Amino acid sequence: MTTTTSSPSPGLFDGPEPEDWRRYFGFSLDHKVIGIQYLVTSFFFYLVGGVLAGMIRTELTTPISDFLSREAYNEVLTLHGTIMIFLWIVPVVNGAFGNYLVPFYVGARDMAFPRLNAIAFWLIPPAGVMLITSYFIGGASQSGWTAYPPLSLTTPAAGQLVWIFSVILLGGSSILGGINFIATILKLRRPGLKLMELPMYCWAMLGTSILVVLSTPVLAGTLILLAFDIVAHTGFFNPGQGGNVVVYQHLFWFYSHPAVYIMVLPAFGLVSEILPVHSRKPLFGYTTMVYSILAIVFLGLIVWAHHMFTSGTPPWMRLFFTIATSFIAVPTGIKFFNWLATLWGGRIALNSAMLFACAFIVNFVLGGITGVALAQVPFDIHVHDTYFVVAHFHYIVYGGTVFVIFSSIYHWYPKFTGKMLDERLGLLHFALTFIGFNLCFGPQHWLGINGMPRRVAEYDPQFTLLNQISSVGALLMALSTLPFLYNVIASYFKGKVAGDNPWRALTSEWLTSSPPPVENWHGPAPHVRHPYGYGAEPQP
Amino acid sequence: MTTLPSISTELQEPSAAVEHEEHGDFRLFGLVLFLVADGMTFAGLFAAYLTFRAVNPLPTGGIYELELLLPTINTVLLVLSSFTFHRSAKLLRAENSSGCRLWLMITVALGVAFLVSQMREYFTLPFGLTSNLYASTFYVLTGFHGLHVSLGVMLMLIVWWQARQGGSITSHQHFGLEAAELYWHFVDGIWVVLFGIIYLL
Amino acid sequence: MVVVSLVVAIILIGLWVGSDSSLLPVQASLNAPLYDQLFRVLYSIGTILFLGVFGVLIYSLIRFRRRAGDVSDGAATEGNLPLEIVWTAIPAVVVLFVGLYSYNIYDRMGGMTSLGDHGGMHSMEAMTAMDQRPAGEVWGGIGTATGLTPATTVDVTAMQFAFIFSYPSSNIISGELHVPVGQPVELHMKANDVIHAFWVPQFRLKQDIIPGQPTVLAFTPTREGTYPIICAELCGPYHGGMRTSVVVHGQDAYEQWLKQNSPDPVAA
Repeated sequence: MTTTTSSPSPGLFDGPEPEDWRRYFGFSLDHKVIGIQYLVTSFFFYLVGGVLAGMIRTELTTPISDFLSREAYNEVLTLHGTIMIFLWIVPVVNGAFGNYLVPFYVGARDMAFPRLNAIAFWLIPPAGVMLITSYFIGGASQSGWTAYPPLSLTTPAAGQLVWIFSVILLGGSSILGGINFIATILKLRRPGLKLMELPMYCWAMLGTSILVVLSTPVLAGTLILLAFDIVAHTGFFNPGQGGNVVVYQHLFWFYSHPAVYIMVLPAFGLVSEILPVHSRKPLFGYTTMVYSILAIVFLGLIVWAHHMFTSGTPPWMRLFFTIATSFIAVPTGIKFFNWLATLWGGRIALNSAMLFACAFIVNFVLGGITGVALAQVPFDIHVHDTYFVVAHFHYIVYGGTVFVIFSSIYHWYPKFTGKMLDERLGLLHFALTFIGFNLCFGPQHWLGINGMPRRVAEYDPQFTLLNQISSVGALLMALSTLPFLYNVIASYFKGKVAGDNPWRALTSEWLTSSPPPVENWHGPAPHVRHPYGYGAEPQP
Repeated sequence: MTTLPSISTELQEPSAAVEHEEHGDFRLFGLVLFLVADGMTFAGLFAAYLTFRAVNPLPTGGIYELELLLPTINTVLLVLSSFTFHRSAKLLRAENSSGCRLWLMITVALGVAFLVSQMREYFTLPFGLTSNLYASTFYVLTGFHGLHVSLGVMLMLIVWWQARQGGSITSHQHFGLEAAELYWHFVDGIWVVLFGIIYLL
Repeated sequence: MVVVSLVVAIILIGLWVGSDSSLLPVQASLNAPLYDQLFRVLYSIGTILFLGVFGVLIYSLIRFRRRAGDVSDGAATEGNLPLEIVWTAIPAVVVLFVGLYSYNIYDRMGGMTSLGDHGGMHSMEAMTAMDQRPAGEVWGGIGTATGLTPATTVDVTAMQFAFIFSYPSSNIISGELHVPVGQPVELHMKANDVIHAFWVPQFRLKQDIIPGQPTVLAFTPTREGTYPIICAELCGPYHGGMRTSVVVHGQDAYEQWLKQNSPDPVAA
């Protein structure tokens, strides 16, 4: 077992940093400041992506293309996908919560490489701004977030190149972050803290970071080849020059399937922290949870071609990827049953954090069931590239991850700011989000099965009613951000003071002041042997 | 401050006894992770190349016979440079900083020789970047690797400068040199694979 | 007893939900009934699992809710290995069953026939395909496992933003696909510019049409009528408008359509 020092070397922070709000706008090296920077920046991009989603849903309230030009519609859907994945979900569940929590959980005073950490964050704003401004200057990419050639070679080159450049920057940021997390978790642990004593979120981040380090570079390489095709007129993916478009799809999905786990594994980790606290019971089946994360990491790397069942893959490949994909349901299932067992017999406080976490379980189970169905080649051949798939992955990434993000904000906001969020506004936020979400994406399952393809601005008029219901759901989701925004801003100024540990939690971020001091603990770092040791001793 | 009685915490020794050396280990570990990532970029490109070869047969006359002599010499140069770098690092640890700098310079020379000879190959080849799929992959792969070699040469020059008398790299503080050495071995290893796949296969 | 009856109830609900096929479009090819069979099984299993998880969750939230002023902890249960083995084994068995079952369905649809392989059980269509098009590698696709020589072969060209169907046997070129009912049809598909996809929801069939990689798709329509052909792969600004129809005729009507639309017999 590696034991190393748990505190940063002197001189880690060169020069005095501002202590007030200004540090959030500078090149801070404090992991907590960087975590909040990630959170706020990504939330801004979430709002941008949400506006884009609103434009899509507005266009789809009528069966004809009448709200946006057809080119603009494709730009909007491309930006929506790219922003929500690369600028919202990935940076929040990894960058924001990872940076804030992982050093606490390993008993360290900062990340292993604070400077690298800051650089990783500061790659994000320029990449995001570039992506968004490309929409206003000359037009953004029109080929979807998958950027399949040859379409991406024939749509306007400027927008596509900006897209490639941004995604490579964001991928780079993600890789630097991943390296930092692996080093922090494996090397920076407080002496004596064993791997199997770590809170589950650390394991999730370890698994996620392994996926990031192994798969993101492949995407970068692929996009470099795509850029060569556009700029230098090579023919890697251009069939007119002897290229092969399916090779792009293989390489793209080698990253982009693990990307799903890069988005949901940290969410699994966060839920594993939140559920025990609010039900006052130990996390059920710690060991099987750890192994199921590792199994998901391994299986996640070998299932990419299930996105390509209609792309002319050979039959043996379809069979292999069907079986491998189906089996991801096993470790995932273990996690869900363990969470239910965690709730069972607890003292469950149904607050906003808990409601979002439980809704995550419901949504994700639904998304998981459709996922297993989609893994079956004959099933997929009918619904591939339809609204069924749109519904499925929104149940995974929105119903799954975004619900967890909100749950986590309700759970950790007291630690971030020292103030409690208003519970009644939280309930309103939850109700609007949950109803809006299911109204928006539930009907899309039916639309897909019955003949509505994805990424279209116009559709068969028989689907009008359900599309309008879906758009109403989207409107509710948009409205749901208002009480949330009001809540986080107003509570910051006049919320109830939280105290150090309002949830009476056991993990080490709660064993310090709220917000915590620069080096996390005023005294020595605590050694938390039992992060989930609820009920172990009689309460006073 | 409210602390809960049910928490089993152990107090940690005040963090006065921080060792500097251990942070070197971290950085090297971080570098290893970075090289794994970088290696995956190459792996992706290699996979693309091999797939293209397997499923996209070129028209007759499309595959060029690459000359083997120059690349073989190149391979020897690069493998040799790994040994000279290793020797340089060993000399530094033996507190022989001038010997270290000499062998570092020899390594730089080998690296530059590699680049020059690679350039020479580029200019004598009968095909250009866009001639066909095979040609494009050849240039992108060797070019991407060449970029790594160039970066390595620059790193070595920086290290060479830092290892001068009174510089920041000494026999006790040699992370920069170690990192550059590890990186150089990596670049070297990638070349050996690349040579096998592109020239020999 | 209560638990058992609840479990039975959930299973019955699952089976009942799965037996309802009104969620799916009409069945118009030999593939469709097979597909719907798989759909119903998946739907039943999915409903049972979902209701089970949902039920336990809601029950826990109500039964184990924290009363006001209660600061006690729940039981310090950290795990239960036999229980965890059980809920590892159950999903494993379920997905194994689903995987094998869907493999069986896929095989019956003709999907496991390697179109480049001459030795397979159902490879007669494939062999014909290979005979007719020696040039270019033919990959993928799905064939109806009838084992009959296809009566109708149609060349499909996809381009931004239309499908063009040409009938090599009669020199007809059409923007709509016309096929006879009850007979195997084989589409030889290629794309001119970007990736498109050929999708007929009522046939439960979809295949990408990939530039540089000709593809075969075989099916047997079973129900007369007009069904939409939809491009399912983003192919540019007018992707949503890239649709046409497949008209499934009775045998006589099909012959008549052929006769009416054949160009001057000089060409033939």
